[in-house]
Amino acid sequence: MPTKVENWKDEVYGSEIREHLMEFAAEGWDAIPEDEHDAWFERFKWWGLYHQRKGQESYFMMRIGTPNGVLEPGQLRVVGEIADEYARGPVDNPEFGGAYCDWTTRQSIQLHWIKLEDVPEIFEKLETNGLSTQQACGDSWRNIVGCPVAGKDKHEHIDAWPVAADLHETFKGNDDYANLPRKWKVAVTGCDQGCGQGDINDLAFEPAEKEVDVSGGAGGSSDGSDGGETKLGFNVRVGGGLSRKEPRFSRSLDVWVPPEQASDVAAGMSALFREYGDREDRFNARIKFLVDEWGPEKMRSVLQEEFVDFELPTAGENMREHYTYNAGGEEHGDHVGVHEQPDGNYYVGLDVLVGRMGADDVLELADLADEYGSGEVRLTQRQNVIVTDVDSDRLDAFLDEPLLETYSPDPHPFMRGSIACTGTEFCSLSIVETKNRQVRYARWLKDNVDLPAGVEDFHIHLSGCTASCAQPQIADISLRGMKTRKDGDPVEALDIGLGGGLGENPNFADWVEMRVPADEVPGYIRNLLATFEAEREAGQTFREFIAERDEETLQGLADAEETDYEDPYMHNTKMTWYPYADEDDMDASPAPTDGEGESLAPADD
Amino acid sequence: MTTDVHQLDDGAWISVNDERRINVSDLWLLARQDVCDCETSDFLVEGFAEVGVDHPDIQARVSGRCITCGMEGVTGWITVGRVIDPESGDFSPVDTASVHIPDRRRRLARPD
Repeated sequence: MPTKVENWKDEVYGSEIREHLMEFAAEGWDAIPEDEHDAWFERFKWWGLYHQRKGQESYFMMRIGTPNGVLEPGQLRVVGEIADEYARGPVDNPEFGGAYCDWTTRQSIQLHWIKLEDVPEIFEKLETNGLSTQQACGDSWRNIVGCPVAGKDKHEHIDAWPVAADLHETFKGNDDYANLPRKWKVAVTGCDQGCGQGDINDLAFEPAEKEVDVSGGAGGSSDGSDGGETKLGFNVRVGGGLSRKEPRFSRSLDVWVPPEQASDVAAGMSALFREYGDREDRFNARIKFLVDEWGPEKMRSVLQEEFVDFELPTAGENMREHYTYNAGGEEHGDHVGVHEQPDGNYYVGLDVLVGRMGADDVLELADLADEYGSGEVRLTQRQNVIVTDVDSDRLDAFLDEPLLETYSPDPHPFMRGSIACTGTEFCSLSIVETKNRQVRYARWLKDNVDLPAGVEDFHIHLSGCTASCAQPQIADISLRGMKTRKDGDPVEALDIGLGGGLGENPNFADWVEMRVPADEVPGYIRNLLATFEAEREAGQTFREFIAERDEETLQGLADAEETDYEDPYMHNTKMTWYPYADEDDMDASPAPTDGEGESLAPADD
Repeated sequence: MTTDVHQLDDGAWISVNDERRINVSDLWLLARQDVCDCETSDFLVEGFAEVGVDHPDIQARVSGRCITCGMEGVTGWITVGRVIDPESGDFSPVDTASVHIPDRRRRLARPD
């Protein structure tokens, strides 16, 4: 039997939701019938609006999908202005102020405290400037990710940006693929370093060479044929993902596709998912479970027989042995720093701690991108930003700008490697507070812990729940929200995993310490790194150090302990209306509010 | 009126009559449960796997982990609240700090 969500989607879904959304926005929050709240909030996701958690009724998170993380000249300013004007809640965040933008691990943008009544104006401003929230959430094509410097990278074999842009144009607003059984995450990579993270996406295009018939027949499966020529294209992988304690690496479909046919194969794969994905159990709906059930061979044969009208070539020669991105070594953990582009200009990757940037800083960065570069800015899957096209003559002046003292191209490794999801500040799913906590962790570690010599790149990813939005399983140290009791009282805690990473031999972290009270985690990390420094072999990376130890040894590597680190979020932050409010009891919430932010709640007697 | 019950946001909430009433992230005490061998499990609620109605009770099968022993799994049906007035749909959630017994009705029917 289809789920209730499927029934709601059958009634209204896809582009048509917008008309209703605009009607509700015109009439105000109260116009949404109370007995239809859940159905409409589920549908609004398709237009990038996610109703915030209990205690914050009438406020929405708005996600803007920027394919491949590319913000074209002028667009960052638009995002900053919208954040400044509309993304303000009843209470400021103590670390980030009253208005801010979140850069996400899928190269998108999230704004919070958005009021329904403001949505039409925001949409108009976004769309006038080539931006959109369409399908940023919900059961369809999500934001397409890739190497954030596609087209500007010396390691590139294929410029994947036109391919990603074509997929974006083809599948956003396409009714044939608007209603899928679950979310559909796609990665396109053209470089030989694995920056697109295709291993953890539902569908991945990764660079590969293939000998094809000189006649150019795209369907030519011409291995070893005389007169063939080697062509660059993509190998296709399916079924990766991290959520729900069911992490999977994508699996090879044994298909190669030239760039001009990537869209056809993508259409076929998402149609296959549309027809065969599980619509009766949302916990079993992602395509990774269908790949588990069928295996890649059946997946390939069904794709060939039912969903494409040309012969699929077998896989070409991939470049995975060269993958260094987030591989645990020192070569290419992210895109932070100064890097020369093939055209002689430079791109400068700036560290944004936990991916959150105040609106004023966003606007200043937009000015700097205009002044020193082409105006283009790109977002990375490490929650950072990249200013591209900086002329060599102006590079030093750019690097001297005061804003870069906060968002550094040469940050301390603990600042550089810190990633956090949204957490209980706004998210219904999260078990614990995350962003402000990870900020405090990073600062404390920077001030109190020496990294072993030569370690410049070290990833600590904090995710508030098993949905894994911070991608914890592919970090050196993985932190995942939990609860425990301390002195008899429930407190926020974290499970700790070690040794995750991608690269040629991707590996999910081993979970070795469970339910560590959150205020004892920094002490654990300090002790762990002391053990690493004392016991590592010369030149050994942290990931190699973890990989050569068995489970029992890993569990004895370090002890958690209290230090002078102070954590103000040990209580049940989920049961506050907002964790940083002076009066944080659920009853103190002003929500729901009207379009002016005035409380609609009945006054106390 | 009928009582409308469902999971929301990937099992993060139980909604009763379109109002988010029961959330993940709390610790619940569970007795006579199947997830682990603890006499009373101190169980972190990480998600609601299924919800249902056994009038007037609202019930759920809960996924999570016992924080005492570390075992994880999905519980049997637990009463999470009761519709106290079917006409108005008024709902009263259980006190999550009390001790809950999955499949209580079935278990109490057993001689042992």
